[in-house]
Amino acid sequence: MSAARDAVFANIRGALRRGALPDRAQAELRARVAAHRRNPIPARATALDDAARVDLFVQMAEEVQATVARLPSPTAVPDAVARYLASENLPAELVMAPDPSLDAIPWAVTPLLRIRRGRAQAADMVSLTPCVAAVAETGTLMLASGQDTPTTLNFLPDTHIVVVHADQVVAAYEDGWDRLRDASAAGEGAAGLPRTVNFITGPSRTGDIEQRIVLGAHGPRRLHILVVENREGGTDDRGGG
Amino acid sequence: MQATSRDFTANARAGLADDNLQQALEIMTRRGFPARRREVVERLPEFEALREVGREIKEHTLAHLDFYLELYEENVVAAGGEVHWARTPAEACEAVLKICRAANATTVTKGKSMVAEEIGLNDFLEKNGITPVETDLGEYIIQLRHEPPSHLIAPAMHLVKEQVADTFRGAHRALDPDRPLVEPRELCDEARALLRPKFLAAEVGVTGANFLIAESGSSVIVTNEGNGDLTQTLPRVHIVVASLEKVVPTFEDAAALLRLLARSATGQEFSSYTTVSTGPRRPGDLDGPEACHVVLVDNGRSQMLGGEFHDMLRCIRCGACMNHCPVFAAVGGHAYGWVYPGPMGAVLTPSLIGIEEAAALPNASTLCGRCESVCPVKIPLPKMLRHWREREFAKRLTPARWRLGLAAWGWVARRPALYHALSGLASRALGWLGGRRGHFRSLPLAGGWTGVRDMPAPEGRTFHSLWADRAKTGGRS
Repeated sequence: MSAARDAVFANIRGALRRGALPDRAQAELRARVAAHRRNPIPARATALDDAARVDLFVQMAEEVQATVARLPSPTAVPDAVARYLASENLPAELVMAPDPSLDAIPWAVTPLLRIRRGRAQAADMVSLTPCVAAVAETGTLMLASGQDTPTTLNFLPDTHIVVVHADQVVAAYEDGWDRLRDASAAGEGAAGLPRTVNFITGPSRTGDIEQRIVLGAHGPRRLHILVVENREGGTDDRGGG
Repeated sequence: MQATSRDFTANARAGLADDNLQQALEIMTRRGFPARRREVVERLPEFEALREVGREIKEHTLAHLDFYLELYEENVVAAGGEVHWARTPAEACEAVLKICRAANATTVTKGKSMVAEEIGLNDFLEKNGITPVETDLGEYIIQLRHEPPSHLIAPAMHLVKEQVADTFRGAHRALDPDRPLVEPRELCDEARALLRPKFLAAEVGVTGANFLIAESGSSVIVTNEGNGDLTQTLPRVHIVVASLEKVVPTFEDAAALLRLLARSATGQEFSSYTTVSTGPRRPGDLDGPEACHVVLVDNGRSQMLGGEFHDMLRCIRCGACMNHCPVFAAVGGHAYGWVYPGPMGAVLTPSLIGIEEAAALPNASTLCGRCESVCPVKIPLPKMLRHWREREFAKRLTPARWRLGLAAWGWVARRPALYHALSGLASRALGWLGGRRGHFRSLPLAGGWTGVRDMPAPEGRTFHSLWADRAKTGGRS
């Protein structure tokens, strides 16, 4: 390929005092990669049962200024969204990921809530998205781009609302990544991975001026999480994302 | 950028005399990063073990760097991206420019990237008629002020809010001159409002990478503001500029290092946004860039492999070493005179721009060891600073007076009887002269010390003679 590439590899191998790795050594390294061997994961979240893990997720998310509402079932989502927008003095209007898991929510019960489906535009104030997983360890949401889940929804609007099903709450980042690997058909290499995977922990912030934390630097000022305890009641059982 | 590392002493004096800088440094060291880091580290019992894991992951990758870079490249291409190799800053800048030209770009938004600072990308693009817009709040501020960053992760940490307000009033002429602009909230909102249209208008977005993942050809960026995400999602073309040593084998390896990064850097459990992106948008995606390029920069890294400064290639750019450095806390980041300040800069800068240019930096340390004790990947920074000092001595870069003094001391120190006799004599003489007051306001040949502080007078015998007595009495003194 390029002269620069050749020179870089020649330098690296010169410094390591060897040529290109022999096939057997390469095969061993490929096996190490394919094994997805886990490094030690903090016990904080792994030692918990399902209910405690959801509690930890909520506690950690609230610590980083996300707000959380816990709902019994998907049928409670429309009213919870409408009440949240009213409480924040926001118009009853949002742009929603065109995702089947969100479409299955009975939105008709809140006819005053205006919903557009699609990617975010500059003027959108509020977005609503599903997630792939929620990581209890640090209260982190994991969202992936796809035909039904455009990434702009996660960053352009001032307010981002995310629907999390309790069975999506996992202990560690690695658990969330495994769900993504399982969901992508091909598995190995780049094939099957979404273009963008966002790990989101609280709303946007900056400490760049005198180390004082200000929320809403460039991304959302507010992150509101709806944790839905049960799948029954108005939705199918897709994981979303 | 033009390095002023040669002028460290003058830079440091200027820093010590700058009241705003001193106030900003006080804010950082007293109620900023170090305290927050301590809190989150205490909350994670596994933190110490993870430091060793982080060290091992980086060492494994460096030992097989050629393999992992090839695997990374293979997977970038499989995802529909393109990799460009650059030996030098010039080659890297050219590669970025070529991509921008092909995209007919006039405006390029940028996420914070230290390697982009290292290769001087902004100046190069501007010279070639393309406007780079820094979007990280700190980077935006220093771009308006035409200053280099003074800290790895908080590039404008040398400023107080009044200076930022003055900068904004000077730059944002179209806004009402009487608007209130005092609190960080107001300053942040103003930058947000002004930068939003730039995000939407840019044809190309440039980000750095905290990690590159070989197994999938992904790049990982870690931010708090979300600027990096707008930068890499809205424009038609996304360019990742990253140095070679950012590659790690798998997502699992990146995850272990991510657990160390935010805690060591800002003292957060996790940064607001950790983003893994792989190639351009997929067919059917509603947004995301249509093309994705990676510019891989060597600029001396491959020469550091396996040598005395090999360990420096483990660095994940968290800034913990400078947050805990007494010298950095006194003089600030600009004193170091180039892109990378603090202890990691004092080791890395001579490797990248030459020890002749940066000879002062390895000496700008008390070797107290705090940097090494907080480094998330256990880089032996003090040891490497000593290696540079040895090289300077061997290359005769140290000033003649130091060399003479060291040579004289070395001659005496190699003759124990003479050394003990002279040090005993000096100790008794100084003890007697210092007598009642117990310290000296000035001493011949020691003006460098007594110019800014008193020299305590010895209180009696030397350490060696006390030790000899202790040995005789079987350990009881």
